[in-house]
Amino acid sequence: MSRSKAPWAFMALAIVVGLVMVGNEVPAQDAPGPYGLGFPATEEEIRAWDIDVSPNGEGLPPGRGTVKQGAAVYAAKCAACHGATGTEGPKDRLVGGQDTLATDQPVKTIGSFWPYATTLYDYIYRTMPYTAPQSLTPEEVYSIVAWLLFQNGIVVEDAVMDATTLPAVRMPNRDGFVSDPRPDVERRERGHSLIPGIPSRGLALWLEHR
Amino acid sequence: MDPASTIGHQEFDRQRDPQHHRTLGSDAGDDRDSRNASPEQGLNRRTFVARGLSFVGLAAVQGLAPAWAAGKPRIPDDPTRVPGSPPSAYGQRSTFEDASRLVSPSHSLTPLQALHGIITPSALHFERHHNGVPLIDPARHRLVIHGLVERPTLFTLDELMRFPSVSRTAFIECSGNSGGEWREPKGKTAQETHGLTSTSEWTGVSLATLLREAGAKPEAAWMLAEGSDAAAMTRSIPLASVLDEALVCYAQNGEALRPEQGYPLRLLLPGWEGNTCIKWLRRLKLGTTPFMTREETSRYTDLMPDGTARRFTFVMEAKSVITSPSGGQQITPGFVEIRGLAWSGRGRVTRVEVSTDGGRTWKLAGLQEPILPKCHTRFRFPWRWDGQETILQSRCIDEMGYRQPAREALITVRGVNSYYHYNAIQSWKLLPSGEVRNVQV
Ligand code: HEC
Repeated sequence: MSRSKAPWAFMALAIVVGLVMVGNEVPAQDAPGPYGLGFPATEEEIRAWDIDVSPNGEGLPPGRGTVKQGAAVYAAKCAACHGATGTEGPKDRLVGGQDTLATDQPVKTIGSFWPYATTLYDYIYRTMPYTAPQSLTPEEVYSIVAWLLFQNGIVVEDAVMDATTLPAVRMPNRDGFVSDPRPDVERRERGHSLIPGIPSRGLALWLEHR
Repeated sequence: MDPASTIGHQEFDRQRDPQHHRTLGSDAGDDRDSRNASPEQGLNRRTFVARGLSFVGLAAVQGLAPAWAAGKPRIPDDPTRVPGSPPSAYGQRSTFEDASRLVSPSHSLTPLQALHGIITPSALHFERHHNGVPLIDPARHRLVIHGLVERPTLFTLDELMRFPSVSRTAFIECSGNSGGEWREPKGKTAQETHGLTSTSEWTGVSLATLLREAGAKPEAAWMLAEGSDAAAMTRSIPLASVLDEALVCYAQNGEALRPEQGYPLRLLLPGWEGNTCIKWLRRLKLGTTPFMTREETSRYTDLMPDGTARRFTFVMEAKSVITSPSGGQQITPGFVEIRGLAWSGRGRVTRVEVSTDGGRTWKLAGLQEPILPKCHTRFRFPWRWDGQETILQSRCIDEMGYRQPAREALITVRGVNSYYHYNAIQSWKLLPSGEVRNVQV
């Protein structure tokens, strides 16, 4: 019996030593994070993918575009799917629909529904034209955005869109969004207190483990 | 010599030949517009149209029932007297089985009424993508984490697999699931009404582990997750709400993710709307505020009767559906086991109640273990149908005490224009003929 204990004791010691060693080894000098995995991403590598545009204009590239230029680019590259004036389809309607959101037949478009003009730049460069995403130049995107905003009655005909003017455009439905109030419908079961949203330890607590 | 049996064996051998199978399979895959056509159906139809023709005359003359006419290999009268097929490198389901996703250009629906237990076979997991399934070489795929981090970092797939791994069985439901039901009983089957939800065992690395590795800064509050599909799908995720459970996954049901499910890498946010679980994940950018992408402004926001829209409605609330008997099925009087699925994005299902009289009375259904949080749960209710017309319903109660609402209660609060997050009680009407129909009460 006493003999058979020895290997276990040895193994337990080995595990403890192993853990200590792992604990010491992981944050080695040359390893960036706790596990030492991954490569530093260079500025250049990040730039190739960093295409998002925020409401404050962060991410907008240099360049500019006018309503007039936009009309031409739109006719050539977008009208086939979205219609000559942005209302005909066959794909998503892009123009009109203002004052319909509270009706029985709401028409959600850029003009009636979208809260931020910057999202237009982000989405059009990212995904359109549908058959050739990420193929447009900044000038083309700025000008299409200018034309779509003009068509929706949001900017004037001689408007110029660029990294400064676009974030300053105030969309008609900017204040039309509310945060999630759910649970909003159900009857509460006896003995339960409904905590809305997701229970979480939160970022602060999580960060303590870093 | 029996010509029918010869033909049958030839066909049987072809079915077993993996090379042959592959060719035919991809051929059948072009059959995009044929709704509900399974690859097997396509395969059999083409195989037998192509190869069967020359034998048709002979078989007709001899008055034999050709085994291949039904699109199946010849079935031995007694399988104990004929050696079976040898082992195969990658298994296929029985040629007798044909449960299929229902396909449209933008999505495909899981055949819930044909499935058992809680796991959705990977090949039948619903799909929703915004510009097709990309073809990605895993050796070239990278995940970059940047923005508010100490160390902007690139990870290869091999490296991601070296991190401590985590498995989690969870449902993913598109928030557009049942979206057609807001105004009318639109779907004919459980697949059409509820087929945008599926459950898998997912394996990957905890998002928190990766963010720690890149050195997330304390002021980081929102994360932009981006896919490398032709929609470069992007969603903003509030970090504090997801770090306990979020996974960056490379595996589904024990093998690599299916291409439709994000191969080689996807995000899993258990209980949250499917669109946030970005597939083909290539980029995570940390910031202080939401990025306001099109998919969280123009889409995936819920329009209310007063014209305002709710945004960042992430959680999928408790829901259930009777999958059998369900719309489009035909039943006969006598014993009927009512079966269905229940789930909640807020945690475990604690109770499922079934009504066999259109909601007048409710009885407890049995829940099948395991009952996992944010996961499909199988419920069953033994019943005897007397052949009279009636309405079958189920409702789910979760561990938060939330009870799945009646349709009337739901649309009273939300109207019928919010499109997303429809989770009302589903009603199936049983006609005296045994036919089952989608109705709203
Ligand atoms: C081949 C057809 C096609 C072409 C060409 C095309 N689009 Fe689209 N567009 C679509 C489809 C399909 C969608 C819906 C995509 C989705 O919901 O995932 C869409 C959606 C959009 C939306 C979002 C609408 C909303 O309210 O959410 C905008 C904006 C848009 N397109 C702009 C453009 C612009 C600008 C061009 C030209 C540069 C363009 N599209 C060219 C097919 C096309």
